[in-house]
Amino acid sequence: MANVHQFEVVVVGAGGAGLMAGLYASRGAKTAVISKLYPTRSHTGAAQGGISAALGNYEEDKPEWHTYDTVKGSDYLGDQDAIEFMTNEAIDAVLELEHMGLPFDRTPEGRISQRPFGGHTNNETGKPVRRACHAADRTGHMILQTLYQQCLKNKVTFFDEYQVLDFLIVNGKTAGVVAVALATGELHTFHAKAVIFATGGHGRIFEVTSNAYAYTGDGAAVLLRRGLPLEDMEFFQFHPTGIYKLGILITEGVRGEGGVLINGSGERFMPKYAPSVKDLASRDVVSRAIYTEIREGRGANGSNYVYLDVRPESVIKYAAMDERTNPDGSPYTITGEQVLAKLPDIIDFCRVYLGVDPITQLMPIQPTAHYTMGGIPTNKFGEVVIDDKNTVFPGLYAAGECACVSVHGANRLGTNSLLDLVVFGKHAGLKAAEYANQADYPNLPGEAEAGARSQFDTLRNGPGKENAFDISTEMKKVMFEDVGIYRSGSIMESALDKVLELKERFKHVHVTDTGKIFNTELLNAWELGNMLDVAELVTVCALNRTESRGGHSREDYPQRDDEHWLKHTLAWKEDGKVQISYKPVVVTKYQPKARVY
Amino acid sequence: MQVTLKIFRYNPEVDTKFHYETYTIEGQETDRILDLLEHVKGYNDGTLSFRRSCAHGVCGSDAMRINGRNMLACKALVRDVGTTITVEPLLGLKVMKDLIVDMEPFFDNYKKVLPYFINDSPLPTDGKERLQSPEQRARFDDTTKCILCAACTTSCPSYWGSDDYLGPAALVAAHRFVFDSRDEAAAERMHIVSETSGLARCHTIFNCTMACPRDIQITKAIGELKMASITGKLD
Repeated sequence: MANVHQFEVVVVGAGGAGLMAGLYASRGAKTAVISKLYPTRSHTGAAQGGISAALGNYEEDKPEWHTYDTVKGSDYLGDQDAIEFMTNEAIDAVLELEHMGLPFDRTPEGRISQRPFGGHTNNETGKPVRRACHAADRTGHMILQTLYQQCLKNKVTFFDEYQVLDFLIVNGKTAGVVAVALATGELHTFHAKAVIFATGGHGRIFEVTSNAYAYTGDGAAVLLRRGLPLEDMEFFQFHPTGIYKLGILITEGVRGEGGVLINGSGERFMPKYAPSVKDLASRDVVSRAIYTEIREGRGANGSNYVYLDVRPESVIKYAAMDERTNPDGSPYTITGEQVLAKLPDIIDFCRVYLGVDPITQLMPIQPTAHYTMGGIPTNKFGEVVIDDKNTVFPGLYAAGECACVSVHGANRLGTNSLLDLVVFGKHAGLKAAEYANQADYPNLPGEAEAGARSQFDTLRNGPGKENAFDISTEMKKVMFEDVGIYRSGSIMESALDKVLELKERFKHVHVTDTGKIFNTELLNAWELGNMLDVAELVTVCALNRTESRGGHSREDYPQRDDEHWLKHTLAWKEDGKVQISYKPVVVTKYQPKARVY
Repeated sequence: MQVTLKIFRYNPEVDTKFHYETYTIEGQETDRILDLLEHVKGYNDGTLSFRRSCAHGVCGSDAMRINGRNMLACKALVRDVGTTITVEPLLGLKVMKDLIVDMEPFFDNYKKVLPYFINDSPLPTDGKERLQSPEQRARFDDTTKCILCAACTTSCPSYWGSDDYLGPAALVAAHRFVFDSRDEAAAERMHIVSETSGLARCHTIFNCTMACPRDIQITKAIGELKMASITGKLD
């Protein structure tokens, strides 16, 4: 074992959550951040619209409203203690980012500018409230850059382009991770007291997705193989507005600035589905509305897409109908220049990928696989918990999209992902350092690299009857079509058969690249294995939950069923089979009631 | 339609010298060059190696030379570059394998300009944000867009000539902080970029501006730093 490193805390992943965790852990303990990408390539950088906090910089707002909106958005599956914790921390979290230099857009008074977003409301009037703090339509980019910059300033140790393959457990405690250095192909053992997973989501299991290639569920799959459970894996968010066919995200901020959804008949359809907040309803509600329009024959050109319209004349027309006003009470208006200033990247994406100019033309959009609500179960301090009694696994932490606190429940509210990763990344970092300070290094297992090595050997020595690219394509298609926005038992049964067939075929994949230096073929094959494991779990959990809630919409069980299903799913693998149990939802102030927007 | 890709290949574990491989595959006008590379990797040659992640021009992983110009493979479409396409790694950085170059010298230069917010003054007494007018915020907006893809720096003949030149991307990072009204380390950064390996090596060739996939007016930003360096003033 030539390459052994020792750090008190190891952070896996260098997106927003990993960087925040690294920043805070490194203040109290010897810390390394390991990432398969250069940190600035992480998917946090693709987040667009904003980060929510009830700053009230334009109009009255309060954390209680943010809490309720999040609980309602989650379709009552979010744990209310954790949600309250997050929304109470939100204001300080956003101010801390500003103090780190994050270039938020500004109000005329020089304060952080805020915009309306889906599901953000004044709880008294029911009207949209400006809660999303933004930096143009690249808020995630600014957060990622700012946090990376602060890590450089604070001399955080990075291992860039190292892929973590295995998690080491000794006597039921965290002992470290094993990673491969992509540039050399060498395995490295990171001996650690505490490990924080911040590895992002798994949207790449779906055909049409806003997610990066890197989003292959690595952290979840690594822990799953070590016998740990995952929580609420049936819940995945489909964002209403992805670029048609490509799935590239078009931020909800477009609708926040007054954009509306239009069907093939030229009709604005959201008032039918959400009479109060219309186009700014929760994402699950809007995505289902779009699908319903398409199914009933009102897609654009008879096809499977609709339009998003942010042309100034349309925005002004519909804003007048909605009686929308500026903060000073005057009627809401917008010009083409203002659209360009507020949404420059969106305009650029549409021009590049669609050849469409949103200031004068309609944008063709369809729902796109966007966000992993489920994941590695944690408490609100980022500690990984492994059963229905919330027993903590010593030395193991998770934060950001790979984790399930659960603050998002069955459907995440827009802008809460960036808030989640800042708040829980920080607390995971603090807790991990605290733990490391009172713990000794566990002994490393004798053959620390053995697990990682055997995973790679299997892929290198496969018989080669199957093509990994074909398997990947078939998985994405079946998951998007059959375990997507609308689900039903019989269709998912056959989807599960398909996924299991693909898992079997995957055993016959043979990696042709025999080299060590940047063996991206080997890495991609390993990632596909992760995606197949995760896809199986998503499908089994979706079949198991016989109700509709948030992002999980069963046509054979169209109602929410609080009597039987107001509970979290825990799923793990035992002897190759998926096992399922449950844990209760924490309900404090808000009793479940019908969800109307 | 048929698309012909001529791709630079180099595997240091096998090859003593680079060569080109040509692949003819089915493509569409709206395909990204990245989609075509993925196809070649999936069906023609699994060993073909390149970096990619977001696939829509915001992560900066897949900068490469496409028909001689630095571009992001995920932001260049067949309809933009034609059906005969030459793909090569960025110039000026060591090729590690195929289209993957050594990014370490690039990030080392970035780190030299203190690319982080510095303000050691007490926070506002109300604990809230430091105030900044929309006009002050707009002053450095353009240079906040940088994704560190290296397309600019590796298009610059001055950088090809001497890799101790900080390069356009590092200067863009300096600009982002020097012109931020809240930052207090402008003088220190101006000192760094005014050294001989800094602004003086920019000969206003505009390659960087042409190469930037984020449309940052890089030559203009460097010009503003030069002006500040000469006059000692930031406006």
